[in-house]
Amino acid sequence: MKKEVMQNDLDNKSLFSPVSLRKRYPTLQATLLPALYEAQKRFEWLSLEALEAVSKELDVPKATVRGVATFYSMYKKHPMGRHLIQLCTNISCMLFGAERLVDIIKKHYGVEAGKTSDDGRFSLVIMECIGACGTAPAMLVNTDFHENLTEENIIKILDEYK
Amino acid sequence: MNKTLLANIDDPRSADLDFYEQNGGYESLRKALPMDPGVIIENVKNANLRGRGGAGFPTGMKWTFASGDPKFPKYLVCNADEGEPGTFKDRPILEKNPHILIEGMAISAHALKSDYGYIYLRGEYPDARVILEQAIDQAYEKKYLGDNVMGSGKKFHLSVHVGAGAYICGEETALIESLEGKKGQPRLKPPFPVSVGAWGLPTIVNNVETLSNLPLLIRIGPEQYAAIGSPECPGPKLYSVSGHVERPGVLELPMGTSLKEIIYEHCGGIKGGKTLKAVIPGGISTPVLPHDKIDCPMDFVNMPKHGSMLGSGAVIVMDESVCMVKVCLRAIKFFEHESCGKCTPCKDGTGWLRRILARIEQGEGHKDDIDLLVSIAGNIAGKTFCPLGDGTASVVQNFVKHFRAEFESHITGRGCPF
Ligand SMILES: Cc1cc2nc3c(=O)[nH]c(=O)nc-3n(C[C@H](O)[C@H](O)[C@H](O)COP(=O)(O)O)c2cc1C
Ligand code: FES
Repeated sequence: MKKEVMQNDLDNKSLFSPVSLRKRYPTLQATLLPALYEAQKRFEWLSLEALEAVSKELDVPKATVRGVATFYSMYKKHPMGRHLIQLCTNISCMLFGAERLVDIIKKHYGVEAGKTSDDGRFSLVIMECIGACGTAPAMLVNTDFHENLTEENIIKILDEYK
Repeated sequence: MNKTLLANIDDPRSADLDFYEQNGGYESLRKALPMDPGVIIENVKNANLRGRGGAGFPTGMKWTFASGDPKFPKYLVCNADEGEPGTFKDRPILEKNPHILIEGMAISAHALKSDYGYIYLRGEYPDARVILEQAIDQAYEKKYLGDNVMGSGKKFHLSVHVGAGAYICGEETALIESLEGKKGQPRLKPPFPVSVGAWGLPTIVNNVETLSNLPLLIRIGPEQYAAIGSPECPGPKLYSVSGHVERPGVLELPMGTSLKEIIYEHCGGIKGGKTLKAVIPGGISTPVLPHDKIDCPMDFVNMPKHGSMLGSGAVIVMDESVCMVKVCLRAIKFFEHESCGKCTPCKDGTGWLRRILARIEQGEGHKDDIDLLVSIAGNIAGKTFCPLGDGTASVVQNFVKHFRAEFESHITGRGCPF
């Protein structure tokens, strides 16, 4: 999101934690997790600037906000590619060759686990179990589940994400 | 057995309120609202309902503690964090049958005199979030939720709180911290959440499947409910089966169905006609069982007698081709990654175990590494802040106990034989 737009939005003081959300909880800090998701959407990742904005809006100390943001694995601590591949390699997926899939993705798109491809198209994150063990191996691309992955179909699936 | 928890989930309309109502949905809530809250709790006790999140704690007892606490408001929290690897049993309820959970929570809220509820949903279930939020909106419209539930004067507000990727937040006190907008680190118990939970107030945390049992329990009453499955811990049970079986998936069966029957009858046996080697019966924190020890009733009472635990009912089946050291290593990598860092035995012990297992798997194990693993595990067990450390220790102890020869051959053969 562009900085100038940000400034205007920030003035409304409930950008990350709207009133409808605050109503659900007895404290403002309870909206921190959803507020971080919102900030991540707007800033694309949780930069220091983003964390400070959240801290200010929720009146929660910066150190707390930073601590929370880094504790949880789904918050983006650095810029990421246009599409986020979250591939499970836990046991049920491992039994069906999830580790081979990591290599295939690496070879085909030039993206290492935990990194982003040079063209900015994909980031690859190795996940723990994502609750699709019965249709293993599985991945989430952005928010889409893809299950029953094979060495053959994985590239076809990922090619759809431009 | 007729399915309840997973009733009609193959129908594309299964998540819809109208469809749920047409199939008798919310009738149990209608029946429960005029009942005295104490009577409902008695029914839950008499039905012998035990928590489905992993520990099998008697739900009626938990509810008695919570309702006996004089503080208000009380919070009802549904644990939909489903993070134990191998577990995918709550997902079909959340995605395909959300109203059974909402109805179950509304009934529970009435019994517990709770006005506010949250569903703590893992961040990795984006579809479930959309479906649950739609279902909650529908339930508000039809007054199954809100300030005056079905005109009874009872207030119950419910919303979804989305986690952000941390296994430990499935532990109930870590979950509460996370709900409060903090890092998900477990609290010291006691005090227990039933008296000092979210924002210092009584908080009842129950698993998705536990709460989804309430509509059935109210509909058929405690006697009939208690007649389903194992007498010691009855009711329908969801088993999520993955790995080397012909037909993996989530099964709804009477509690206490034998592990052998689950694998060979309900899941079609071992994939490709291969031979069974081992089974992790209740999610990766539960002790592995070798192929000849699977004739055991899958419930909270009997599994410990057979050397394991029911856990979350997540059955992972492994055939003869699977290396046990590799599986053990992968499990420990998981615990290392998910250790919240609060206590030393867990934070450092998981990494230490992982390094030793990795060198054994790579053929660089030392001859006393196996004893070292067992000794480290023994120093973690019982010495950590929360059960994550105990789980880690018992995983290592049981893999070594049942497959010691395989560990040894990795060391003496200087490599993985698989
Ligand atoms: C490390 C750890 C992870 C857990 N993860 C979950 C989980 O994902 N879902 C769940 O319902 N319970 C989980 N539990 C159990 C909860 O702490 C708690 O016992 C449970 O939610 C209570 O609900 P129940 O009585 O209905 O089972 C976990 C416990 C531990 C120690
Ligand atoms: S182990 Fe991969 S989805 Fe569960």
